[in-house]
Amino acid sequence: MLVKSKRDFYSGLLFVVVGAAFALGAQEYELGKAARMGPGYFPTMQGILLVLLGLGVLVNSLRHGGVDGDPIGAIAWRPLCFIIGANVVFGALLVGVPALGIPAFGLIFSIYALVLIASMARPKSSPVESFVLATLLALLSYGAFVKLLNLQFPVWPQFLSM
Amino acid sequence: MDMIDNLSLGFSVAFTFQNLLYAFVGCLLGTLIGVLPGIGPLATIAMLLPATYGLEPVSALIMLAGIYYGAQYGGSTTAILVNLPGESSSVVTVIDGYQMARKGRAGQALAAAGLGSFFAGCVGTLILAAFAPSLTEVALQFGAAEYFSLMVLGLIGAVVLASGSLLKALAMIVMGLLLGMVGTDINSGAARYTFDIPNLMDGLSFVAVAMGIFGYGEIISNLAKSDEEREVFTKSVNGIMPSMNDIKLMTPAVLRGTALGSALGILPGGGAVLSAFAAYTIEKKIKLKPGEVPFGEGNIRGVAAPESANNAGSQTSFIPLLTLGIPPNAVMALMVGAMSIHNIQPGPMVMTNNPDLFWGLIASMWIGNLMLVILNLPLIGIWIKLLSVPYRWLFPAIVMFCAIGVFSTNNSNFDIWMVAGFGVLGYFLIKLGCEPAPLMLGFILGPMMEENLRRAMLLSRGDWSTFVTRPISAGLLALAVLMLIVVLSPAISKKRQEAFVED
Repeated sequence: MLVKSKRDFYSGLLFVVVGAAFALGAQEYELGKAARMGPGYFPTMQGILLVLLGLGVLVNSLRHGGVDGDPIGAIAWRPLCFIIGANVVFGALLVGVPALGIPAFGLIFSIYALVLIASMARPKSSPVESFVLATLLALLSYGAFVKLLNLQFPVWPQFLSM
Repeated sequence: MDMIDNLSLGFSVAFTFQNLLYAFVGCLLGTLIGVLPGIGPLATIAMLLPATYGLEPVSALIMLAGIYYGAQYGGSTTAILVNLPGESSSVVTVIDGYQMARKGRAGQALAAAGLGSFFAGCVGTLILAAFAPSLTEVALQFGAAEYFSLMVLGLIGAVVLASGSLLKALAMIVMGLLLGMVGTDINSGAARYTFDIPNLMDGLSFVAVAMGIFGYGEIISNLAKSDEEREVFTKSVNGIMPSMNDIKLMTPAVLRGTALGSALGILPGGGAVLSAFAAYTIEKKIKLKPGEVPFGEGNIRGVAAPESANNAGSQTSFIPLLTLGIPPNAVMALMVGAMSIHNIQPGPMVMTNNPDLFWGLIASMWIGNLMLVILNLPLIGIWIKLLSVPYRWLFPAIVMFCAIGVFSTNNSNFDIWMVAGFGVLGYFLIKLGCEPAPLMLGFILGPMMEENLRRAMLLSRGDWSTFVTRPISAGLLALAVLMLIVVLSPAISKKRQEAFVED
């Protein structure tokens, strides 16, 4: 049997896997009974429901679909990696990760890192332009969040302020 | 009449030059911070709260009301302009608002949201003043079974929101419900799906999930297109104020939204959130006039109705807040926190013990609402200008504001990384053609639904028939089934037609 809609096929697969994972995970918690439900009761119920719905989507994907088979299309790895990467690096640099020995670099430094990495998500980005944008955003954030709102961010790198 | 007396008492407390100034400043600050992409009303109010600490209680409340409305409206602005819902109720505003902005009608969308909200706020205030004491009793009629059925109805309503397949939308809701299970179970204290990570004990943060799925997912899929192909916005902006035709279309929508919001807002817990979804669902069911833009492609009713419903709902939701002490949403919960800092404990006693404070609060909410219109209608032109910022500058800024905003709500970099995780999920959901809005609603209602289900079943000693033997609950469930049938029937016939064409 041929898959008529690839998008629906993989959606269904995702629902079945997620539902099964939650339902199986719920077995670690006390189930209880209908009159006195334990922490595992509702997630088990919903997990099974999601598996059933996912199976429904899967079956449907074999029967109906667009003329071209609803392809998922290429995954945009470049923006995916750089946007997510920029976020992860920002989180790590802002307050540091003691477990990995990364010190807190503070807000200003982290903003430069975030903007420079995120800008690379576009194929033809210019480093100079990104640097100017990072400077502008750093100034704006410093003024708004640190000076005006007085939020508690580490602003400068830990090792410099000591 | 009591109502007039009460309101005039309220206004005599609130209406001084100094207080009006505080309302204005609060509204301005709230709008300025709230309009930053990625920083929703919740984060805005949290950031601005300390500014009110030094004031007297009444002035502080008035400034808070200004901040609240400013933040709400600022949030709607970003929802409409950059497709980032900052709180649960703007999830539906995004659907048509963003499409309007893409077609150069951002000004009309913002004006519709502002005017609709103001009208709804005025009506909500009057209803609150007139019926607060008697409406309390209606809210008390609702037991756990009724809440559960109401939420089922709300979720089925959300299915109608999704433009794609019904099954996928239902599955997305259930996935949302399951994501809502993460964290400590309130009944037993068991930590569920936390993988021993302390940051997950309080559950996934709404802000992180919404930013990741809506914000980052959208940015990544936008960047995947080439510069020419990326139809973010049309350059030409067709005026700012709504045309006569727009007004004709939006007026009934505003009225319906206001009525629905006022009614649902009275229900404690989630009423205001449901009202925006319900209002949108109803508008979608009403037949399009000839020449009207379809829903999901920038229909002005799709902006005006949920925004009015939300505002009317948050106004009347003061009734359960002040009588049962249940905050209807996270933003209101924060307001309660702010009030207690000023030694005001929301609860049944406020109305009788502190009438000047209670009615002063009602009056100040109205003043905040008024300030919003005065301040923001002229500002719409400036917000529109933001749209002309090239996307290559806008997207790093959005990523940055999201990261800073989510960090500031909990001061934890774990939350920043959570946005990244949900960004990946959001991108793949877009790729798979799964609508994220039902997932968000499921996520918000999940914990409430579970709690009410457990309580209802405990009260009925494990008898599932409690949901159909209690009249209000049975009525709500019947409505849900009816809606499902209505939605299902055209879908079936459409599928049949497709199959016919393929043969």
